[in-house]
Amino acid sequence: MEFKWKAPLAALGLAVLSAGSINAAGHALTGDLKIFLDTSNPAPRATMEAMIGRFQEMHPDLNIETTVIDREAYKTQIRNFLTADSPDVATWYAANRMRPYVEAGLFEDVSDLWMEPEIAENLASTKGAMTIDDKQWGVPYTYYQWGVYYRKDIYEELGLNEPANWDEFKSNCEAIVASGRACFTIGSKFLWTAGGWFDYLNVRTNGFDFHMDMAAGNVAWTDDRVRATFANWRELIDMGAYVANHQNYSWQEALPFMVNGEAAGYLMGNFAVAPLREAGLSDDQLDFFQFPVITEGVPLAEDAPTDTFHIPANAQNKDNARAFLRFVVSADEQTEINSGKNLGQLPINAKSAVDNDKFLNEGFAMLSSNSPGGVAQFFDRDFPAEMAAEAMQGFQEFMVFPDNLDEILNRLEKVRARVYK
Amino acid sequence: MTTTSEPRPRGWYKRNEIAVTPWLFLAPAILFFLVYVIFPIFQSINISFYDWDGLGEARWVGFDNYVELADDSAFEVSLWNNFKWLIFYLLAIPAGLFIALFLNQTVTGIRIYKSLFFFPFVLSQVVVGLVFSWFYLPNEGLLSNALAWFGLGPLNVLGDPTWATYGIIAAGLWPQTAYCMILYLTGLNAVDPEQVEAARLDGAKGWKMLWYVIIPQLKPATFIAFVVTIIGALRSFDLISIMTNGGPFGQTRVLSFYMFEKALSEYGFRMGYGAAIAVVLFLIMLMFIAYFLFSMYREEKGR
Repeated sequence: MEFKWKAPLAALGLAVLSAGSINAAGHALTGDLKIFLDTSNPAPRATMEAMIGRFQEMHPDLNIETTVIDREAYKTQIRNFLTADSPDVATWYAANRMRPYVEAGLFEDVSDLWMEPEIAENLASTKGAMTIDDKQWGVPYTYYQWGVYYRKDIYEELGLNEPANWDEFKSNCEAIVASGRACFTIGSKFLWTAGGWFDYLNVRTNGFDFHMDMAAGNVAWTDDRVRATFANWRELIDMGAYVANHQNYSWQEALPFMVNGEAAGYLMGNFAVAPLREAGLSDDQLDFFQFPVITEGVPLAEDAPTDTFHIPANAQNKDNARAFLRFVVSADEQTEINSGKNLGQLPINAKSAVDNDKFLNEGFAMLSSNSPGGVAQFFDRDFPAEMAAEAMQGFQEFMVFPDNLDEILNRLEKVRARVYK
Repeated sequence: MTTTSEPRPRGWYKRNEIAVTPWLFLAPAILFFLVYVIFPIFQSINISFYDWDGLGEARWVGFDNYVELADDSAFEVSLWNNFKWLIFYLLAIPAGLFIALFLNQTVTGIRIYKSLFFFPFVLSQVVVGLVFSWFYLPNEGLLSNALAWFGLGPLNVLGDPTWATYGIIAAGLWPQTAYCMILYLTGLNAVDPEQVEAARLDGAKGWKMLWYVIIPQLKPATFIAFVVTIIGALRSFDLISIMTNGGPFGQTRVLSFYMFEKALSEYGFRMGYGAAIAVVLFLIMLMFIAYFLFSMYREEKGR
């Protein structure tokens, strides 16, 4: 029965799209297209399925097969399906996280796409994150800012303002702790949340270039500059800035502290906004500020993790896959899938419109004009996997037992010596 | 004319039927055992001598992975935790025995009580892990609240590196005790009433009766309970993964979990190193396997 209404719908879709994106609506494709997605959460899943639906309407004769895999399981399964039974398009992450697959020759070089003016001009800002060995290995489809989400009502109650520097940041924190709340909530059970704190403290203390140098393995963990970062971190830990027992919670389990007003802020990615709103926080209660300057003169830099689409090297239908990637990054699709009612993140195409959402606007302004130092991906995407895993475990230990710092740093230094040989 | 009817020559199979048939029946099992158990063991041992990320070229490194293990504090922690599991998990055996003795009576509805005690074993390990992690929650958890009545706590069992492993073992004991209990309940059915009667005439009762008359007769049940508990302790993966994910800071890892993390998890993919851990785990298991096989062999021979 399905095909009965498919044809008129497809015609409608074609009409709409040919008015919209010229690039994407080329000749109709035929054959197969096998897409693997890790967007298993309800909202991203619906967004992706709707997007693929629109692609299908443009190419009614194309046989699209979509598989959605649980986001965590995907991270281990990707190795199997890239080597054995490759799809034509697969989601993944930018920067160092794609390096193992690039080096093993499992991702297709898509530099040709990046030569096309449509992509070259409009996606320039994320080109660096997709580049390894001067070639591009995929296209981004969304990214999002990190920063401090805070309870505006609590700040107002205590007469606090968004901090402009490290001293204000700490004095705010002291005031919040004195009021019987924790300054920040965090759930460090799965470790990566602590990586976000290290990213910001290190980038603000020593700068983006130093941080990236560290990611490349050129700085010892026992270096005094690294210790300075931890000394700043320790000030927060010692004043009781973080919720107790954070090692027991996942990042989602740490949300209620913020919702219940037991903690006043959360250093997180923009994806935390949706569950906070769902839990009943209104936009009057919830606000955002950029992590403030710590060392004067160090240019601000941000974390903005980028999610990506790749073509596996063993794909069967690479032409169809390329057409799909062009479609995904087109200005209209980017506007649509990143809008507040879909992914609620930032579009990677410069010609796209950012949805009129308080946090998206702030994030977009911050990343485009107030991040002169550079844009990092995230701790576990910039640092090699093994270093990241050990380090994040060390961060968690440090946050619970700050006195173990020397032992932790020595251990990390040993790992560094092995990982970057 | 009479033709002497030679008995028709029997086929090769018919002639060797008695010798061959058992092997025919065994063949599928042997085949699968070789392909899925024996062969992977040697494969793992082989991989443990390589540096391999599972994708690219494997590089021969000899004993480097083992040298690194010897100096790896996380490995040391995992190994110790494995020993803790082996020792404390065995508590399931006496606990199961006493519950079985307690339930081995005839009162109305005893079947219901037995099923209730057996119930935790039916639950998936994942559910057990979740329930216990809620039980242990630092503020809202039942344990903290119970301790508060006595003016103790709050105790963050799973967040405290010294307590976390014991907390997980306690969670594991819950279903394992039920399992041992069932084994003993069936064992108790086979206890010879005449021997009990004779012992009673000789004046044995209480602990003496238990120790000298009942427990010796439960030896087969004890052996099986020991085997399944040791195996359970060495496979203690699901509970750790659910309850602490190896944390806080890797203090609740056991070898199987560490192997998984190094070889197969999100940040892992050091196949050689993971295989080396697996080999160490295998050697530990081998000691028990050898012991089990030896006692079974002795048993058979004694008959």
